[in-house]
Amino acid sequence: MGASTALLDSPVTDTPLLELRGISKSYGSVQALTDVDFEVRAGEVMALVGDNGAGKSTLIKCVAGTHAFDGGEIYFEGRQVEIHGPKDAADLGIEVVYQDLALCDNLDVVQNMYLGREEHDWLHRLKEPPMEQRTAETMKSLAVTTIRSIRQPVATLSGGQRQSVAVARAVMWNSKLVILDEPTAALGVAQTEQVLALVRRLAEQGLAVVIISHNLHDIFETAHRITVLRLGRNVGLYERVKTTQQEVVEAITAGKPTKVSGIPMTAAAPQ
Amino acid sequence: MTTVAGPETAAQTEGTSAGLRSLLRTGIDDIRSGNLGVLPIVLALVAIVVFFSFSATNFFTATNFGNVIIQMAGTTMLAYGVVFVLLLGEIDLSISYVAGIGALTVAELQRPGSGPALSGLIAMPLAIVACALIGTAQGSIVAKIGVPSFVVTLAGFLIWQGVIVYRLEQPGSIIIQDRWINYTGSYYFSHLAGWLIAALVVGGYAVSVLSGVVSKMRAGVTVPNRPLILLKVVALAVAAFGVVAICNTAKVQGTPLGLPLAAVIIVLFLVVLTFLAKRTTFGRHVYAVGGNAEAARRAGINVPRIRILVFLISSVMAGIGGIILAANVNSVDTNFGGGTLLLDAISAAVIGGTSLFGGRGEVRNAFLGGAVIATVQNGLNTAGYNPGTIYIVTGIILLLAVTVDTVARRLQARAGR
Repeated sequence: MGASTALLDSPVTDTPLLELRGISKSYGSVQALTDVDFEVRAGEVMALVGDNGAGKSTLIKCVAGTHAFDGGEIYFEGRQVEIHGPKDAADLGIEVVYQDLALCDNLDVVQNMYLGREEHDWLHRLKEPPMEQRTAETMKSLAVTTIRSIRQPVATLSGGQRQSVAVARAVMWNSKLVILDEPTAALGVAQTEQVLALVRRLAEQGLAVVIISHNLHDIFETAHRITVLRLGRNVGLYERVKTTQQEVVEAITAGKPTKVSGIPMTAAAPQ
Repeated sequence: MTTVAGPETAAQTEGTSAGLRSLLRTGIDDIRSGNLGVLPIVLALVAIVVFFSFSATNFFTATNFGNVIIQMAGTTMLAYGVVFVLLLGEIDLSISYVAGIGALTVAELQRPGSGPALSGLIAMPLAIVACALIGTAQGSIVAKIGVPSFVVTLAGFLIWQGVIVYRLEQPGSIIIQDRWINYTGSYYFSHLAGWLIAALVVGGYAVSVLSGVVSKMRAGVTVPNRPLILLKVVALAVAAFGVVAICNTAKVQGTPLGLPLAAVIIVLFLVVLTFLAKRTTFGRHVYAVGGNAEAARRAGINVPRIRILVFLISSVMAGIGGIILAANVNSVDTNFGGGTLLLDAISAAVIGGTSLFGGRGEVRNAFLGGAVIATVQNGLNTAGYNPGTIYIVTGIILLLAVTVDTVARRLQARAGR
């Protein structure tokens, strides 16, 4: 099987890069997350799936620092950490690529890549050549070859190309964990393939990747492991090579809450 | 010797012609995709000049050329500020009366007798500071509290007009006698100084372009369109020396005139503000906020700060424009800032190609739009048309400019993606 060979090649490590234990979160009287465990390792693509209202977005927003957890612990690289705001998350090396991309259409690729982090001298004059150079290098290292010129405005790019820019931007800042929220939701078949290939390359380069998607096909094509949430609780953790779409769909629609914090480490490491 | 030189020259000419061809191709690509740039507005300006040269006897003279420059200076200053506000997708309706506040403040501060009788060199900076405070206040209400800029600046429009009327109702007007203030509207450089200024402008541009190319080459980044860069430098040299040459032949009743100070002010702010918009992190963030404020916020840009600074720029440019406009007539009266000043300034920015929806536009748009409006108004005046005609023609040009831009953008949407 070609796919499982790809899995073996990935530099998956044993200790989770990010580990959440017993996370709870409520909005007023609505309990969005109850005692949720989650983990992702460097070099691994972890899918986060669940029906609408399962708590996927809440979990991600808490990790990204836009919301605060009510209870639970976060471990990053084995150390317990606290995330109080987006800046804390960014300092840890966590980057989120949101569904609506957060790109400026009127700016070109380089300008978007460096948005808010422009290189400048003491006069705040922009240093365009190094920014252009590094953007080109990043694009090349991620094998994003479909963009004709990194100096063209993002408005002229296709959906897949725009998604690639958003992902590349997340990667460029020495990030360790990249979270992708529905990266293929608005894309056609060819564009989707483009983005999924990019997601796999991120893991191959040793990053931890979390992908949220409604599309099981996409998930079975990219993810190493799959975490399923239902009604704000864990209902299953599956290894892609040892499960079926059928099993995952059942968990999404009718899964019983399980406590998965004691997942045996050996079970998850490929072979 | 010949064997070496032969292939080299061949390669060189081939390189140049390939460069020209790629230049032509990108030009055609741009036009086809609706990215017209400044081409339509420059063509319109040429057409307007040609039209009035034939229809008005005193239009195409060196003296009148200087007049047009002086007439456009005040409005163009306001329009420069409008570009920044429009880049954010906001609007500033208060600028004409903030200009009035700038003019009133200098007039008050220089007033001899019962007034403080300050030198214009002190009065002008103080007036600009006053306008900066107004801009900061208006900008803060927009950015921090979230009141729409249309409402905040409409209130400003009424309030600052009220202040002007309140102060000037009794005297009716204040005469400006300070020579420094009046220089902004009526000083002419000597012929030699004019040539030196042109040389400085062209030299400065060439050096900045060259250093840009060198740093790009050093970083190993491709340098786009070398022939285009050369063409731009040559075109600027022709324009700069041409303007000075024309101004230097102007005479009023036998007294030779020269390059007006107003021309230098226009170009100085064009350069400084273009630098600010295109070459600094602040300018980049203005475009970002105008393109997608949420994306800018997520990228860590302090969006309220950018908004406040832009309204500050708008008010400061209005104040500077107001001082120049007051200097043109050597006084400030109760009607100052009224009439079509506000709409001329916004029209200038929009005619030049600045989008009303944010994120798209350049400072030079205001320069070209200001030139078009001043030329049309001057031409119609010179040809002896009824003032009503001036409004109608300005309105038609505004409508045409925005229509061309809208159609061009629709083509762009079709060509892109």
